[in-house]
Amino acid sequence: MGELRLMKGNEVLAEAAIRCGCDAYFGYPITPQSEVMETLMEQKPWESTGMVVLQAESEVASINMVYGAAASGKKAMTSSSSPGISLMTEGISYIAGAELPCLIVNVQRGGPGLGTIQPSQADYFQAVKGGGHGDYRLITLAPASVQEMHDFVKLAFDLAFKYRNPSMILTDGALGQMMEKVELADYTPRRTKEEIIDQCGSWATTGKTSGREKHVITSLEMDSHKMEQNNLRFQDKFKNIEANEVRYEAIRCDDAELILVAFGTSSRICQKAIELARDKGIKVGLIRPITLYPFPTAIIAELAPRVKGFLSVEMSAGQMVEDVKLAVYNARCITPVEHFGRMGGILPSPNEVVDALESKFLNQ
Amino acid sequence: MDINDIIKPENLVYDKSPLQIDTIMHYCPGCSHGVVHKLVAEIIEELGIQEDTIGVSPVGCAVFAYNYIDIDWQQAAHGRAPAVATGIARTNPEKIVFTYQGDGDLASIGAGEILHACNRGENIVVIFINNAIYGMTGGQMAPTTLIGQPTSTSPNGRDVALNGYPMKMTEIIATLPGTYYVTRQSVHTAATVRKCKKAIKKAFQNVIAKKGTSFVEVVSTCNSGWKMTPVGANTWMEENMFPEYVPGDLKDNDIQKPASGN
Amino acid sequence: MAKVRGAVVVEKEGCKGCSLCVEACPQEVLALHKEVNSRGYHYSYMKNPEECIGCSNCGVVCPDTCITVYRVKF
Repeated sequence: MGELRLMKGNEVLAEAAIRCGCDAYFGYPITPQSEVMETLMEQKPWESTGMVVLQAESEVASINMVYGAAASGKKAMTSSSSPGISLMTEGISYIAGAELPCLIVNVQRGGPGLGTIQPSQADYFQAVKGGGHGDYRLITLAPASVQEMHDFVKLAFDLAFKYRNPSMILTDGALGQMMEKVELADYTPRRTKEEIIDQCGSWATTGKTSGREKHVITSLEMDSHKMEQNNLRFQDKFKNIEANEVRYEAIRCDDAELILVAFGTSSRICQKAIELARDKGIKVGLIRPITLYPFPTAIIAELAPRVKGFLSVEMSAGQMVEDVKLAVYNARCITPVEHFGRMGGILPSPNEVVDALESKFLNQ
Repeated sequence: MDINDIIKPENLVYDKSPLQIDTIMHYCPGCSHGVVHKLVAEIIEELGIQEDTIGVSPVGCAVFAYNYIDIDWQQAAHGRAPAVATGIARTNPEKIVFTYQGDGDLASIGAGEILHACNRGENIVVIFINNAIYGMTGGQMAPTTLIGQPTSTSPNGRDVALNGYPMKMTEIIATLPGTYYVTRQSVHTAATVRKCKKAIKKAFQNVIAKKGTSFVEVVSTCNSGWKMTPVGANTWMEENMFPEYVPGDLKDNDIQKPASGN
Repeated sequence: MAKVRGAVVVEKEGCKGCSLCVEACPQEVLALHKEVNSRGYHYSYMKNPEECIGCSNCGVVCPDTCITVYRVKF
């Protein structure tokens, strides 16, 4: 058993980064995630593991510092909250276009605009549909506990390097600020120069030796035919990710007649709602997508023919609900798909979820 | 003496650096970029740092710098080269990192990134090509465009009331304590090319010695954008650019330790 | 005093005819040819080869690195 600690979600992101052998963190303060960089600065990992931590002048600079480090094969990350992620989307598009592995953490707050500092899940579209310009996807992980905030840092890096694609941890202010028991992983040393060349030597800017051609990290291609080929290659990669990396949790779905679909903080609320609903005799289950991209389409398609409906519970006006509908459509079913959500930084209550189930599916 | 008796390997005095890739550059005839690219290739070769050097190319005409010098390159988003270089240099302190940026990239959209990278004293070389115009997009006004200078977005000449003043980035950069060496050069004559080479070489040597940011502005021509001949553009540059962008060293900590607060 | 002779080789296809080398030559050795290369540029050539002193100024200012310079002392 690893070391047990009571920690905040934001703090554990920092701790997990150090422990998984992360090479660099570049960030800019923004509520409700500033504890990530604060924890790193307090821990001074440059003295222990050699990890670089730098406060950049903006989110724009942060993501471009990540680009520079990632392009030389380093394990680099940044974290921010919704308005800051919007600023980063240019850089994220470049990172995706240049096929660089890195980790971006979005501890969401309510929007649009400056919005609020309270938790939200309204950046779902931005995260899973790409966010910036061009056809790209982010491998998007949605933790629902402080333990998963810890575990997904390593997982996100592993997937990013496996596919040479940016990963995102899409979480929210509630999970960032929440304290829970967490089992910390043992320290994995940062990769040596030789290990980085082993892993990334075919593409990274590790320095042009006489034994190889120069490496150029760029997303630019002026020849339309070649640029289309690049895009086709990206699409193949995304198909591969969709085929191999879907992760979800199914809770009490076996006998369920109604299925809640919820991720992160909402999924925790839904677990309580299931208990309340079952006390009333309503057989409810939960599909909790762990990867929002790739979305767990197959399990929803599998459930669609035998359940009475799906309720997508989100802290937004209804974004993931569109992917639930697509999954049901893929099963060629007409099972009703509804949405219930709260916005502006308000968390839905379990009772509200049960009320929504009753009003949308039972009292008609 | 027959010409063929002169053209012999043992008599060779000037040739292309082997680090310069054998291809025709995409630049317009007479463009200053070609000269500066050549200097960078020569310097990397002379210092023997090909394996350790990572270049960061900008958005603008020089985006394709990576096609011409045989080292590893990263291509940065518009204006972000100093941030990208920071990411490389901080995680690879043994590497020699340089950015190559134009005036639109460095002085306009990337004004924030260059100021902060220089202020942190990032151990990088910055090569700043200032030709007072946006070349790649077709000759629009830049922050460094001179007052009265016509461009496609200031067809009647830059108007101070509308567009403000030419931005002297190098003067601003020189005030930042993080910078070690700040100089302004040009490449319009053989003598200035040789002098510019010394400056860029010194900048690379500073980074090898981990002295902090070395910043080299090269006042340049864009004869296509200026709608002049290459020779005419050089003359115009001397007469109009140099009074505003005066060549010479603005700061060299090797010679003079900075005054207090600078 | 030793006499110096030089020679310039212009890589014809690489030349874009900017004439910066012509301008930089102190001996008026170079000129643009009346013919064009395959890319349509009037390329630089040694019009007065006997005047060349191999100073390399032409090569140094050439943006297209298409000039090689040779020099002998005798």
